[in-house]
Amino acid sequence: MGRGRARQDLHLRAEQVRVSRLTRLLESEKALAAALLAPGVAILVIFIAYPFVMALWYSLTSIRVGDPGHFVGLDNFTKALNDLIFQQAFKNTVFYTFWATIFKLALGMWLALLLNRSFRFKRIVRASMLLPFIIPTVLSAFAWRWMFDPTFSVMNWALYHGGIITDRLPFLSSGDWAMWCAVLVNTWRGMPFFAITLLAGLQTISPDLHEAAALDGANAWHRFWNVTWPLLLPVTLVVVVFSVIQTFSDFQLIYVLTGGGPANSTHLIATYAYQIGVGSGLLGEGAALSLFMFPVLFAVVWVQLRYLKRMENG
Amino acid sequence: MAIVTIRDLNKKYENGFHAVKDVNLEIRDKEFMVLVGPSGCGKTTTLRMVAGLEEITSGEIRIGERVVNDLPPMDRDIAMVFQNYALYPHKTVFDNMAFGLQMRKYPKDEVLKRVRDAADILGIEALLERKPRQLSGGQRQRVAVGRAIVRHPQVFLFDEPLSNLDAKLRVQMRVELKRLHERLETTAIYVTHDQVEAMTLGTRVVVMKDGYVQQVGEPLVLYGQPANKFVAGFIGSPAMNFVDVSISGDGRHAETEGLRLNVPDRIRAHGGKRLTLGVRPEALRIANGSDEHGFATKVDVVEPLGNEILLNFRAGGAPMVARVDPGVRLKAHESVRFAVDPERLHFFDATSEAAL
Ligand SMILES: Nc1ncnc2c1ncn2[C@@H]1O[C@H](COP(=O)(O)OP(=O)(O)O)[C@@H](O)[C@H]1O
Ligand SMILES: [Mg+2]
Repeated sequence: MGRGRARQDLHLRAEQVRVSRLTRLLESEKALAAALLAPGVAILVIFIAYPFVMALWYSLTSIRVGDPGHFVGLDNFTKALNDLIFQQAFKNTVFYTFWATIFKLALGMWLALLLNRSFRFKRIVRASMLLPFIIPTVLSAFAWRWMFDPTFSVMNWALYHGGIITDRLPFLSSGDWAMWCAVLVNTWRGMPFFAITLLAGLQTISPDLHEAAALDGANAWHRFWNVTWPLLLPVTLVVVVFSVIQTFSDFQLIYVLTGGGPANSTHLIATYAYQIGVGSGLLGEGAALSLFMFPVLFAVVWVQLRYLKRMENG
Repeated sequence: MAIVTIRDLNKKYENGFHAVKDVNLEIRDKEFMVLVGPSGCGKTTTLRMVAGLEEITSGEIRIGERVVNDLPPMDRDIAMVFQNYALYPHKTVFDNMAFGLQMRKYPKDEVLKRVRDAADILGIEALLERKPRQLSGGQRQRVAVGRAIVRHPQVFLFDEPLSNLDAKLRVQMRVELKRLHERLETTAIYVTHDQVEAMTLGTRVVVMKDGYVQQVGEPLVLYGQPANKFVAGFIGSPAMNFVDVSISGDGRHAETEGLRLNVPDRIRAHGGKRLTLGVRPEALRIANGSDEHGFATKVDVVEPLGNEILLNFRAGGAPMVARVDPGVRLKAHESVRFAVDPERLHFFDATSEAAL
């Protein structure tokens, strides 16, 4: 009995020593910080830093599928700059991003303002509004492609039988139309994100401020510009930054909807880079093309974040 | 410069809650009218209906000669100071104060002059270029008042404007508001749950409870002649002591176990009835030899506040407080006799709680 207890004590002591060593290690802030950061850093390195560095390296070589190629300096970049289709794709990307973001912001704001009022079935409406957002882009883009289809377009059918048009509309078969169709689909898909985020922002604005403004003689329009808009601006900027990044680098939607056609008229940088890099197997040129997105996005984010910071401080 | 008349005012919220019930008030020109009552009694709702921020369920509100029931807030010629100030966080102090004038298209130099004047009155000239979040609570409070006074409205509305300030600042701002009102001579309606604020600021005070007006009157009238037990208990601090008593058959004494007090002549008709007796802590005094009808008790707790001493004890089965001179030397658990002047006793009907 006595010996049994002594052995147990010994065990306990050994346990305590082990525990306390681990505790001490974890109590050191540096060690703990390193331990907690490690998984995140590993993920960033494997999935972001490594591919990015590889893309940088590829863009400087003549690598293609099945051929490691050799160092070619900036040849891929000069080639891209002289590539008329790439020039077109770059312009398309800017156009697509600009208009889609404008529409998403305007319509998203409008929706958010509506949803911020109280009405019947508000919750159902709010939930159903998220539908475009939660359907995978590929699926919804397919659905839209069918709606725009030259022969089976339900919209042409409806407009025609409604007596509104006599000739079919060339939704995806004319370059200009196709670009606007892509903007439309992107807007449809991205608007809920704007609306929900802006709505969350709206709900943080104290109703007292609107009441104070109403007493100060501001009508709905003045209240929007003097209360809602300035107080929502930080949130707005953040959603716009997100949206610009996503839209500028958009791939899926165009890939499914038009594949870049007709006649390359709807190519974005991402879809064209994919076509060259993966479709034609010119990995080096594709990498160089896709890297053109980087400085633009970097500039946009930098300008907007700086503005945001200034606003928070001033 | 206006009279505000409220007739049979009712408010039922969409969820069916009846927050304001049959309120009738006439707020005189240049009067400082205070609405006071416990939280949830409908003060804010009443004020917001006057402001036009809440729809009126039934009744009528007039400002001056005009019925304003259906006028939007901006056309009512009123200004309001909110509890949390509701300053525009992204505008400077100047723009906060100027906004109402700019919206009404006042010429620039007039705006400048009025904002300067108001800032001068409130002592915030040095803050005009700051944003609200760079101000202390007291400074924000002044800006909120400034925003109201630049407009020279017919009526000021205040909704608990001092309740976010610390105790000391609250006392200071209370005095400043009173001074400001004397200077501007504008009709004001002021909501608070603090009876001290109500008593010190109000030309007249409205006591509300559960949506009903309990009594309207000058502060000292509310204190001296409360209309019912609720007003009697609400006004005054520490609150009035209450104890259930029976009036003796001859109507000369109020009695309960361990307590027997002479009553004033007006109670004589109530002989044999059970009533609620009320006595203010400051009406109780330590009995001396010449007092015939005192009562004996034992002090529980002594609260020496410096300028006065509060003695807690039980009498007739009820807890009571007496407020006595700081010279009184009494310790807890000591025996004592209290006396009270019959004219300073209040009596309330046991069921209706109306004052007798
Ligand atoms: N929008 C509303 N919907 C339903 N009930 C409300 C609403 N606003 C206030 N109430 C209720 O009305 C009563 C009076 O509110 P209020 O006027 O704010 O009281 P107070 O006297 O504290 O200012 C409270 O019981 C409150 O819960
Ligand atoms: Mg209130």
